[in-house]
Amino acid sequence: MKEEVPIAEKLAKDQRAISISEFFLKNKHLLGFDNTRKALLTTIKEAIDNSLDACEEARILPEIIVKVKDLGIDRFEVIVEDNGPGIIKQQIPNIFGKLLYGSKFHRLRCSRGQQGIGISAAAMYGQLTTGKPILITSKISKNKPSYYYELHIDTKRNEPQIINEQVVDWEKEHGTKIKITLEAKYQKGKQGIDEYLKQTAIVNPHLNLIYMNPEKQKLEFPRATKELPKEPKEIKPHPYGIELGILIKMLQDTKASTLQSFLQNDFCRVSAKVAKEICEKAGLYEKSRPSRIAKQEAENLFKAIKEVKIIAPPTDCVTPIEEELILKGLKKEIEAEFYAATTRPPSVYRGYPFIIEAGLAYGGSINKEDLIKVLRFANRVPLQYQQSACAITKSILSTAWRNYGLSQSKGALPVGPIVLIVHMASVWVPFTSESKEAIAHYPEVVKEIKLALQEVGRKLGIYIRKHIRANEQREKASLFENYIPELAYSLSNLTGEKKEKIEQDLIIILKKGIPELEENGKAEE
Amino acid sequence: MAKQKNKPQEELNFLGKKIISKIEKKENPYLEIPIRSLSNISYDKKSKTLKLGGNISKRFFFNVAHSKKFLQTIEVASICKNLLEEGKHASLRDVFYMAKRTIPNTKINLVDDQTETDKSLEDLELVTEFSREQLHVNANKMGSVVGKVKVIDKGDKINWAKLGSGGWSIPSNVEEIKFEEVKANFVIYMEKQAIWERLHEDKVWEKLNCILVTSQGQTTRGIRRLLQRLYEEYKLPIYVLTDFDSWGHYIYSVIKYGSISLAHMSEKMAIPGVKYLGITSKDIEKYGLNKHLIKLNDKDKARLKQIANYEWFKDNKAWQKEFTAMKQLGAKAEIQALSARGISFISQKYLPEKIKNKEFLD
Repeated sequence: MKEEVPIAEKLAKDQRAISISEFFLKNKHLLGFDNTRKALLTTIKEAIDNSLDACEEARILPEIIVKVKDLGIDRFEVIVEDNGPGIIKQQIPNIFGKLLYGSKFHRLRCSRGQQGIGISAAAMYGQLTTGKPILITSKISKNKPSYYYELHIDTKRNEPQIINEQVVDWEKEHGTKIKITLEAKYQKGKQGIDEYLKQTAIVNPHLNLIYMNPEKQKLEFPRATKELPKEPKEIKPHPYGIELGILIKMLQDTKASTLQSFLQNDFCRVSAKVAKEICEKAGLYEKSRPSRIAKQEAENLFKAIKEVKIIAPPTDCVTPIEEELILKGLKKEIEAEFYAATTRPPSVYRGYPFIIEAGLAYGGSINKEDLIKVLRFANRVPLQYQQSACAITKSILSTAWRNYGLSQSKGALPVGPIVLIVHMASVWVPFTSESKEAIAHYPEVVKEIKLALQEVGRKLGIYIRKHIRANEQREKASLFENYIPELAYSLSNLTGEKKEKIEQDLIIILKKGIPELEENGKAEE
Repeated sequence: MAKQKNKPQEELNFLGKKIISKIEKKENPYLEIPIRSLSNISYDKKSKTLKLGGNISKRFFFNVAHSKKFLQTIEVASICKNLLEEGKHASLRDVFYMAKRTIPNTKINLVDDQTETDKSLEDLELVTEFSREQLHVNANKMGSVVGKVKVIDKGDKINWAKLGSGGWSIPSNVEEIKFEEVKANFVIYMEKQAIWERLHEDKVWEKLNCILVTSQGQTTRGIRRLLQRLYEEYKLPIYVLTDFDSWGHYIYSVIKYGSISLAHMSEKMAIPGVKYLGITSKDIEKYGLNKHLIKLNDKDKARLKQIANYEWFKDNKAWQKEFTAMKQLGAKAEIQALSARGISFISQKYLPEKIKNKEFLD
């Protein structure tokens, strides 16, 4: 009899490490590469996010040049060049040639990227679809050389593979330039890259952007302010916002030697008193070593945190665009007759501070008969997909726009010549999924959005009413102007008096002003 | 129309001059027009007619809500002035077409509907204190009459009894008509042409020795004036034959007391002596019309409530009894319901009996 091979051994033969490229291909929708059209947008978006974040961190007024070239057969070349601080030689391969490498994932502060997955994912997408490496040129100062790299990603080991590395001449003082060749599709419209760049220009009025589109048109989005956004402060997590898994990981990683000092040092808003209270509620000794806390005890600690009253996190770490700059951004990109904006005071959801801002442009070049156009932003990044799933959309739908002089069918966006923008700035924007396209419906967030909408709505309402009144006045005047010759004709026939004289006199009365005339008309009625 | 000191032309001219003098002073020109609605109507118990109160509204030219009406009134005044000068008469419809035109640079018509010029004329009657007919505007001929009467109209001798099935059509202005011979004991006025034709065919005017008058729908001024002249000049009793419904009752009310919209004409038109010969609640019972009732709709009910509250009906016990009966029945009855008892039941039995027994409502 032949000995049978146990089934588990058979199965074991099929089990192996999944390569990063396989993982990427299977999950590309999570990262914004679902289709060729979106891949182009995501690639540009990741590159610009990086450039803007780097410039702001280095306190440099950003100048970005974007070139998109159509190479034919669905292939495009994307070049993004900035005047940022540059990247030191040793870091370049890791930043662009290794997935999940970055500084943003580990910290809580207002920045565009949150996961550090972006630009290397774009490089990988390019590599997988065209076989071409990502090309990087970077220079950190006038006196240093600029480095040029051609990188592949070793998709089995998630490591950069340097194909070419050399020192090149570059006239820029400092900055970074990348080039990715990828399979893509260029399309205009609401979810296209042209729209993305325009929206980016609105909420980043300090940005000077030059864009060469695949049709070889050069579009310029000039800077409207030399004021850089306030430097975002980094904050430690607030206990209320923490999840159990993260709490356990933090307990393992902490440098603190006691539970109490862990709570006090690794979180914000935890005083000695609060830390002791948490330990007491959790039934844990405050001097125990954090790394010795077992899973069950960690759960008790997690529950205890929710039961203790802790003051809200500091909010000065959230950096809004500010009303004035929203107005500047709108004015430079949208031709309208009226603009309004508002910045709400900071608020907190689940331990994360956030600020909601809203702005709108009314009339002018905007179409009157259509539904209003909504532009959503999170930390100054346009959200172009999943509009209906977003808390911003929900809040707009449930606001009574009729109060502000717009017409609105039940459950629909209002109708009118309006571009409405809503911006959420937060150290951690609650997206509904990894692709970061819609904001989750936290009640605190929805409430703040609605308050912001009401504030700009009221400003709009005042303008519209005034506008309508002025229109009515004009219409009245023209009505009387047309009636005057008729009345003069009839009166002249009735009495034999001269028509021209009657007409002239009536025009003089009209010139005295209609409101006054109507006032005395009503009084005597 | 007490005041007749000026000629109509002079009165219209005076109206125009008054407005021009305001315009010359650079004031917002206006017309003063007595308000013609129930709120400004009172019932004069002594004369038993409706009287217009003293409430006046000012109609301004420079007021969006008034401007067009102001313009229409002046335009119609100017049309009347032309008619008077040329010695011609126009119908209400003519006046509408004479005024109708599109105002240059706009899509606005000076008038869109005949009711607008009609109203302007009524306003002018009040402002000038001349009747529409005196301003040379006549209503359309809408009524018929038959009976043993001879009249002279514009030199023609006319015998009402010898005009065949159509009878004589009543002109809108009966002021100039001369009565030559009136051989009748009373007058029956009915709102329905069909009933008039029935009674005429059955020769009721011959058998009961009366005059039969009808209009199509609303009682025109010409007919009201004709009835009034027969009542005043020949002392003929006038009986009004209508349906048992609020609209029929109001027709009776208008002939007797005057109408709300023409309260300023009451003196010339109201006939306080007329009596109601139409269907009553008693008739419904007596002639078994119960099976032929029509249910009141919401509009009927609302009108019934309005009429029952009119000052001139308020203290009238007999009428209040009718209103209450109608409310309780929740139904109205048409005169034609009598045809259920035979096509000529109305002329052979109903009318002779009611008149003989003096079953009138006052």
